[in-house]
Amino acid sequence: MADKKRTPAQEFSKGIIKENPTLVMLLGMCPTLAVTTQAVNGIGMGLATTFVLLGSNIVISALRKVIPDKVRIPSFIVIIASFVTLIGFLLEGFLPSLYDSLGIYLTLITVNCIIFGRAEMFASKNGIGASILDALGMGLGFTLALFLMGSVREILGSGKWLGMALPLIKDSPMLIFIMPAGGFFTLGCIIAAVNKIAKRKPPQEIACGQGCGECPHAESCGERKAGDEP
Amino acid sequence: MKTLMVILLSAMLTDNFVLSKFMGICPFLGVSKKLDSASGMGIAVTFVMICATMVTYPIYHGILVPTHLEYFDTVVFILVIALFVQIVETVLKKTMPALYKSLGVYLPLITTNCAVLGVTVLNIDNGYGFLQSIVNAFGAGLGFMLALVIFSGVRKKLEYADIPETFKGVPATLIAASIVSVSFMGFSGLFG
Repeated sequence: MADKKRTPAQEFSKGIIKENPTLVMLLGMCPTLAVTTQAVNGIGMGLATTFVLLGSNIVISALRKVIPDKVRIPSFIVIIASFVTLIGFLLEGFLPSLYDSLGIYLTLITVNCIIFGRAEMFASKNGIGASILDALGMGLGFTLALFLMGSVREILGSGKWLGMALPLIKDSPMLIFIMPAGGFFTLGCIIAAVNKIAKRKPPQEIACGQGCGECPHAESCGERKAGDEP
Repeated sequence: MKTLMVILLSAMLTDNFVLSKFMGICPFLGVSKKLDSASGMGIAVTFVMICATMVTYPIYHGILVPTHLEYFDTVVFILVIALFVQIVETVLKKTMPALYKSLGVYLPLITTNCAVLGVTVLNIDNGYGFLQSIVNAFGAGLGFMLALVIFSGVRKKLEYADIPETFKGVPATLIAASIVSVSFMGFSGLFG
């Protein structure tokens, strides 16, 4: 990322709209699709991820001069996994119902590309203050995207919103939307809508879910060098 | 206790990791452009899943349970997987350069593939025995490969389709994935 000088406000807000991790950068697709059968789950997943992102960004940014370059990936993974274990305990203790509905996807925050991507691209190169703002912005952007997905799927798929039954649709909800197929469909439509509103050229390249320019694996990946089919 | 065959088939079809559990979506969307890279990635993932299960199962039941450190499973498992992928890469490079050439590019991507961590954690959560765990990992890997291979065929057709401008690229791919997922819904309820 060609980071010029950004004001703190820009550092925070870039994650929400311009570089929204889910809808624009297409990171962290697995939880986006898996837990968004209800709007509440989307918010819960988003906030849990934000917590992990905030913690890992702070620690990685603070240790960025101590961690040798060669072992940075295992180090990042251990730091991230520790925070995931922590949030797992907190949710199990205080919000057991959310803990149950997130299930295994809570553990899988560890391998969410957003967190790893921010660690690699941002926290390991920037100071603690900027990393905190970055984590909060990215986390909020992720939470909003999940909330949007969850709302669409809950309203159409079960005729409720945040648990409240809605008139008209509650009698004949379209069950397909809370099934896996509906998840793919909703996300596709939302990304298309974002493209339309932003009048942006739709992202053509999706190797491992992110642009190759910023990808930590770009060199070893080979997808980019293979190029598009004629 | 489920029989091994049922575990294998349900991991592969009814509970397909990609299309009904949403694990490993990133490689599913990223590496499914061509048939040979899709099958290469599928084989690499299956291989790592089985090996990771073989390693994590004894670690969990042999070290973590006796020392009452079960809650460290996420940290330990992801480290083991990262380490394991590194070892496989090094060994393949030295001993089987031909295989390394075809699979090597996918290996670094596997560390951050949530399906691999997912299968090891699910094996523990479901209380599977050693053999059942390995069969489950094998089925999950085969299911992953099946989804990738089928989807690479769909994407080939998609390249020649006339798609509205805003849907070009990722949105069209996701909607195609949705339709493939519908076809896998046909398997649901097959094994109770």
